[in-house]
Amino acid sequence: MDLSLTEEQLLFQKTARDFATKELAPIASQLDEEGRFPSEIVKKLGELGFMGIAIPEEYGGAGADYRCYVLALEEICKACASTGVVMSVNNSLVCDPLYMFGSDEQKRRYLTPLAKGEKLGCFALSEPNAGSDAANQQTTARREGDTYVLNGTKIFITNAPEADISIVFAQADKTKGHRGICAFIVEKGTPGFRVGKVEKKLGIKASSSSELILEDCRVPRENLLGEEGQGFKIAMATLDGGRIGIAAQAVGIAQACLDASIRYAKERVQFGQPIASFQAIQWMLADMATQIEAARLLTYRAAFVKDKGDRFSKESAMAKLYASEIAMAAGVKAIQIFGGYGYMMDYPVQRFFRDAKVTEIYEGTSEVQRMVIAHSLLA
Amino acid sequence: MKIIVCLKQVPDTAATIKVKPDGSGVETEGITYVINPYDEFALEEALRIKERLGEGEVTVITLGPPKAKEALRTALAMGADKGVHLSDPAFEGGDSYATAKALARAIQGLPYDLILCGKQAVDDDAAQVGPAMAELLGLPQACVITKLEIDANRKKAVVHRQIEGASEIMEVSLPAVFTAQKGLNEPRYPSLKGIMGAKKKEIAEHNPSSLGLSPEEVGLAGSKVKILKLSPPPSRATGKILEGEPREQASQLVKLLREEAKII
Repeated sequence: MDLSLTEEQLLFQKTARDFATKELAPIASQLDEEGRFPSEIVKKLGELGFMGIAIPEEYGGAGADYRCYVLALEEICKACASTGVVMSVNNSLVCDPLYMFGSDEQKRRYLTPLAKGEKLGCFALSEPNAGSDAANQQTTARREGDTYVLNGTKIFITNAPEADISIVFAQADKTKGHRGICAFIVEKGTPGFRVGKVEKKLGIKASSSSELILEDCRVPRENLLGEEGQGFKIAMATLDGGRIGIAAQAVGIAQACLDASIRYAKERVQFGQPIASFQAIQWMLADMATQIEAARLLTYRAAFVKDKGDRFSKESAMAKLYASEIAMAAGVKAIQIFGGYGYMMDYPVQRFFRDAKVTEIYEGTSEVQRMVIAHSLLA
Repeated sequence: MKIIVCLKQVPDTAATIKVKPDGSGVETEGITYVINPYDEFALEEALRIKERLGEGEVTVITLGPPKAKEALRTALAMGADKGVHLSDPAFEGGDSYATAKALARAIQGLPYDLILCGKQAVDDDAAQVGPAMAELLGLPQACVITKLEIDANRKKAVVHRQIEGASEIMEVSLPAVFTAQKGLNEPRYPSLKGIMGAKKKEIAEHNPSSLGLSPEEVGLAGSKVKILKLSPPPSRATGKILEGEPREQASQLVKLLREEAKII
């Protein structure tokens, strides 16, 4: 069992690390404080191929794989988890379903600019009453000749205020339950389609989440993604991949907590010695490091299974569940190690702590991950 | 336009360097390696010239152990077209002269219109290889450049050199050797597509015999400089904090500056 990275993977990782260290880390706190979307960073990430990492070159991607994707994402999230989620949504939740289910024309027209990073995408599934119960879609799609007429409200949609292209889910035939759900490609500027309330969040403040409102929004039939009634399947298959991205994000946040804690523990002197010399602190650092390594291996393995072409729902749910929970735990420990300074906004660990929480919630809460895992155990 | 860029793989500038207890070298364990930052400026300039002209070929060349191939791969991922690797145990331990000689010999076998290097490597800071290579190749040289413009007919270049308190502007006929200083440009990151494509690019391998050099002419044997011993710089003494009333502290300070530091 060879767990070493290839020469290309190491170079991917180094490029992401260099970029994150030089371009992102110096501004991450400020982006968070101002809640400012990092447009110029996202543009540069696109030029480097980070916005469509696992998409083949013929559709504008970097032609790499999910293993490279998780390596890059961890590095970006170590510096700025907000930028990481912008990248993760575009890669996993928008490019992937277009690649997996899109027609050749849809891939050419929508996937290519998205994978190149020239355009940004979002994934509009959640609704006020369709969170963990995603099949309970209240947004409707009514067929009228060659168009579908969409009505409804989506909430908490990451990237929505900036997105050029949205993947929108809607119920076309209520009698069929989740088999009536369809996925549509909706372009910014389509009449009847607008951004609603932009949310204020606890963390990942530099990424934006908002409502998307559809009022008699007419979408041409050729913008149906996949087949009619395939929407729920598309959403679930997409989230399986997305969870690997969130796992990588959580690993990056946890690693940032550990790195900051080690640095601080060596510098902070109490009782005449650096606090790193106290076993109480050492044990916290040791536990954090061990959990991070375990989470990272689960994430690599989920990516590996996906790249191999095998089923990976269980692996991605396990990676996401474990990585997000240890990231939150790492945030708690990091603040504890920093003590009073950790509670102050002047130090970055409070940001890591706030950013970590969402990884236990979005793209399926920890409870949903356990459902997915149990389902595959008992199937 | 055919451009050759000389690279050296060096310890990451952020690495903590420890000298081996016997002073024979530095501890290499745990050190990550990067392309020498000044060589990155040289490479970036070569790539920009090629992009500006819309044609050309950038060849990167390095002398170093098998690990140094990583530096060539990184350069290929950034956009260089071909790599040349001078790798053989016989090359080890060479000084600037032996290195310049081997590189010059390898370059003689290649077509070129321009040779770019970093102004110095950040590990030994000798700043000798570029100029020595220019001499060995019989080419004009300009070192520590911060600006480079290629003439329309591509027969000459105008370069800006950093000199004490000023900038010197020179016109140089091509081919020539230029060494790059910080400020020449801002190097790019390798794109992911570039990284994926780098493995398909060719890296030619050389040893002393393929360059027509005898083992005595390269590496430690061919060197004019022998390193006798390395020692770390003395660690800084801890500072002294003076106590008492400001007046007392001031008089203590003056006393210390006069008697201990002996600077007043």
